This record gives sequence, C-alpha cells and structure tokens, in this order.
Amino acid sequence: MGKRAIIELRGIVKRFYIGTPNELTVLNGIDLTVYEGEFVAIVGQSGSGKSTLMNIIGALDRPTEGEYTLDGVNIIEAKDAELSGIRNRKIGFVFQTYNLISKTNAIKNVELPMLYAGISGKRRTARAKELLTLVGMEKRMKHLPEELSGGQKQRVAIARAMSNEPAIILADEPTGALDSGTGRMVMDLFHKLHKEQGKTIVLITHSPELADETERVITIKDGEILGERRGMGRNVNI
Amino acid sequence: MLIYENIRLALFSLKANKMRALLTMLGIIIGISSVIAIMTVGNSLTASVTDSMSSMGANNITVGLQQKSEEEEVTEEGIRFEESGSVKTPDEDDYFTREMLENYCDTYADSITAISASQSVGSGQITDGGLYANISMLGCSVGYYLANDISVSDGRLFSERELDDASKVAIISDKAVNNMFDGNAEDALGSIIQVNAGDKYYNFTVVGIYEYETSSFGFSSSSEKEITTTMYIPLKTAMELTHTTGYQQFTVVTASGIDSDEFAETTESFFNTYYRNNRDFEVSAYSMASMVETLSSMLSTITTAIAVIAGIALIVGGIGVMNIMLVSITERTREIGTRKALGAPNSSIRLQFIVESIVICLVGGIIGIILGIILGIAAASLLGTAATPSLGSIIISITFSMAIGVFFGYYPANKAAKMDPIEALRYE
Repeated sequence: MGKRAIIELRGIVKRFYIGTPNELTVLNGIDLTVYEGEFVAIVGQSGSGKSTLMNIIGALDRPTEGEYTLDGVNIIEAKDAELSGIRNRKIGFVFQTYNLISKTNAIKNVELPMLYAGISGKRRTARAKELLTLVGMEKRMKHLPEELSGGQKQRVAIARAMSNEPAIILADEPTGALDSGTGRMVMDLFHKLHKEQGKTIVLITHSPELADETERVITIKDGEILGERRGMGRNVNI
Repeated sequence: MLIYENIRLALFSLKANKMRALLTMLGIIIGISSVIAIMTVGNSLTASVTDSMSSMGANNITVGLQQKSEEEEVTEEGIRFEESGSVKTPDEDDYFTREMLENYCDTYADSITAISASQSVGSGQITDGGLYANISMLGCSVGYYLANDISVSDGRLFSERELDDASKVAIISDKAVNNMFDGNAEDALGSIIQVNAGDKYYNFTVVGIYEYETSSFGFSSSSEKEITTTMYIPLKTAMELTHTTGYQQFTVVTASGIDSDEFAETTESFFNTYYRNNRDFEVSAYSMASMVETLSSMLSTITTAIAVIAGIALIVGGIGVMNIMLVSITERTREIGTRKALGAPNSSIRLQFIVESIVICLVGGIIGIILGIILGIAAASLLGTAATPSLGSIIISITFSMAIGVFFGYYPANKAAKMDPIEALRYE
C-alpha cells in the first residue's frame, strides 16, 4: 500500500480477573495495522471481543500485553493523564447511542472536544458551524438533542467526532439504534467523509452487510482475528 | 475559559431542575438568612443602645459607692472567707458629703463642667379640687440639667438662690400643665400647686415647664390623663423633705477635651482618700464611654454566639448539597463517560462538579442574604430600632457559602473524576 500506518497493534492480549479462578482472556494476540485514509470494518458476533478491541484502539483501556502505536504515539507508555489528551486530539468517537450531552444544543456539543483542547470560543463556534453544515445539520444548529431525531443526533455526533481533526474516526455500531433508512444515511455520510475528506475510519459492527461496504473487513472470533477480506466498497452519489 | 463554560453549564443544570435546586439550596438559604438576620438585629440593637446611652452624655462619669471586697484571710486550712456573702447597704454615714464635693470641685475646677446629683422624693399627685396629675418628685442640682440635657420650654430653671435656700419651687411637665391648667402655660407659671406625696401636702410655686418626651424604651401604657411625669425641685429642698444630708451617687459632667476614662480613675482615687478608713465601702467611678463600650461589646459577643449556632444550619445545608451532587453524578454517569471519551482530563471533570456545587451554594447564599436582610429589617422595625445590615457579615456569608460549596462538592466531584470511562459509558 505504501501508506503511513495510523494504527499498529502487535500481539495485543487482554485478560480480565487476572489471578482469580475465573480469569478470562478476551483478546488473544491481535495483530492489526490500519493505514492512513483507510475505511476498515471490524466484524464479530457479540462476545467476540470487538468491544474490548475498540476500547483499546480508542485509548480508553490498556492491553494486558502487546504494543500499540497510534499515529506515531506509543500508547502503552503514555501516562493516564496523557491518554485523555490523546483521545481528545487523535480519536473521534461515534457511539451507538449518540451520547450527546443533553441540555446543550448541537453547536455546543460539537464544540465540546475543542473546549477540552483549549481552542478559543470564536474559533470553536466557527468550526462547529462548518462541521454541522458538512453533515447537513445547518438548519438544526441551535436545537437540543431531545429535539432531534436519531439520525440527526448521529450526524451531530459525527460532526463532534471530527472537530479536532482526529487521526481516526472510531465508530461503534453507529447505525445500531437507527432504522434501515436513517442507518443508510449515516453510512452514506461515512462514505462521503472517507471519499471527500480522506478520513481514516474504523467501523465496528456485527452486521456483515454493513462491513462489506468498507474497503477491508476484519473478522474477529473468540478474541482472535479469524480472517481478512476486501470489502466491496460503495459508490455514493451525493 | 473552562471556568466560564462550567459556570454556564452549572446555571443551566440549575435551571433544568428548578424544584430540586431550590430544595437543595433550602438548607443554605435558611442557614445564611438566619445568620444575616441575627447579625442585622444584633447590630441595630447595639447601635441603638449605644446611641441612646451616648445621648445621655458620653462625657459623664458616674460616681457611686460599692461594697469593699471581702478580705481574704489565709489560715492553715487555706483561704477562708470571713462573713462571706453578707451584703450591706450604705447608710447616712457612708454617703458623700457636701464638703467632699466642694473639695472635689475646687481641686479639679478645670476639668469639671458641672456635678449632677439627684434625690428622689417619691411619687404623688398634684391636686386642685377634682383636677389631678400624677408626678414623681426629683430633687436635682444645676449639673443635672446639663448631664441629662433638660431645658424648659416656658418659664426658667431654678435660680442660685432658690437652690441654696431650698425654696419650694418646681418645674413641671407640659403633660401636667395639660391636666391642671388646661394646657395654659401662662396660667401655670407663678401659680402655687398643692402636691400630695406620702400622706403629706406640700405647696410649690411653678417656675418652669419642660416638654415631656416619651422614652423609646419604656412603653407608656397609661393614658394621657394618668401619665406619670417627673416634677423637678431643687436638690436641697428634696434633701430636706427626705431628711438626708449626703449623696449616695452623683454624676460628673467633664469639660470638653478631657479624657473621661482617665478622669474617672482620678475621681475614684480622689474620693477613695475619704474612704480609706471606711470598713465596708469604697468609691467606684465609671465613665459613660466605658460603660457604652462594655455594653456594646457584650451585645456583639451575644450576637456572634447566636449567629454561630445559626451557622450550624449551614453545615446541615452543605450535607444536603453533597447528597444531591452524588445523586446528580450518578444520573450523569454516561455524560461523564462521554466527556472522558472526548478527551476531558480528570481535572476538568472535577472542576465542573465543584463549580456546580459552588454555584448552588452561592445562589442559595445570595437568596439567603436577601431574605436575611428582609427578616432583619422586619425584626428591627418590630423592636423599634433602625436596621443596620453589616457589610462584613454579607461578605463573610458569601465566602462561607462558597467554602461550603468547595468542601461538600469536592468528594462527589472527585468521585466523578475518578470514574472509569468504559464503565461510565456502559452505564444504563
């Protein structure tokens, strides 16, 4: 491929309840490289360990063993206090349940990661408006999350994920709570961001159909990578 | 910048849960408002007491007799008190004599404006057929007018001769004139009135009339007709009527520019030379200024003590705030998880909730201050004194409520800051 590696996972092992009789190995030696500009899907049944893998990729959790480099930064050696900064600038989270901050409008939600990054008020608002326009929410900028539909909420969440221009967008079942129509719209938005903006996107899903839309599909089972295949991709006309 | 965002956020969440916020703040509101109300009432009481005492004459020194403290006799069994607890009353032999006062006046002529001494004769009635007026007779020296700020509205004060000759002259109140002479001062002046006191009848000539002022302290329950006013007569007259020759107590009006505290000590030691051989009594002299000071410091100590007790309500209020903050954090676990995933460091989560707790306490504190001032003014007006809310207590209250916010907000905020983001995101 010749492209720069953004995510480099080497021999990742994650165990829970270490030293007790019910010790549990959830991830058992994962090797994975994601390159800049890729749209990758990680698929697996529930209990396969994909959520744990996502937590590790998202710097929310540390592996028991293994090496992890994100955009040139060694995550294993980073201190806890540094991890919040890494999450803030290098990762854009998109959750299944949107996780917008209630009682604050769409703009303020998109501004939030920039607030933690210490960006000034004017620049935050300008960038938030720009991003909301990009995801087609320019008419709902002052709305509270409770006044938005599921699809609209997820679009705000995607705008929020992009606000600090992260190295990767990490989407955990982004269409899981949506009906097929709005789910389609959200997936199309990801394709658009990937094609037009060249974003690196990691999609975690249990649905093989959605995974097939991406460029590369990695299947996980019982904490190990079962296989890897090329996705079909999708031609979107927007 | 983060602080500003946090304050905005905290006000937002207060607005979103108005009822809960109010109930949470109630403890703080009650605590602060009672502290402020008590301080306001206490301050205004102190001010009004000091004021009215100062108006009686801040330059005055009261000289009186007090029992000598019992001599302590050290025996082999230790200290023994002889005749402990026996209280004696001074009699004629112990009183200040005219010579003592004259000597005193001669010695310190430059420092003394006047000496005020008085002798009560008792209460009685001015009668004239069916007409009557209740009075209490008080003999007084020239200095008494000065010390007590008495002036006549009609007629004149006593003359030197009248004072020296123990003349049967009187200065009566306008109320008595109303009752006896139908309010006609012209008729009253110069007329002879019959006074009935203690089963005896005396005749006095009216030489002056003063305006009776209702005291701000005493409640005069009696009607205009039944009101008892003071009838002033010359001191010597009163002493003859009561068969006394000395003074049990008198007041010295010091000249301006004299330190009355210092002069009280001088006076005390001057008179004590006469009492060196007196077995039971010695002289005590207090300046009005030092009495005012003692009284106001006593009042403010009491006020502070009560305010501190009221302050306990603040601690109870603070616990209420902590309780609600813990509930709020549990409710917002997912929000905390989301913020952490988006890159909020622990410190900013902690700051967010501490600021929220401070804002709750501060808003409660401000409501409490306003309420306390209103309560204080209402209570002060019931007591008939001017309310003086103290700026100091307001500043202390604001600082204290913020401190409560930090103190009781820290534990919940720290709990929020230390949440595991994965657990928090998964929380239902």
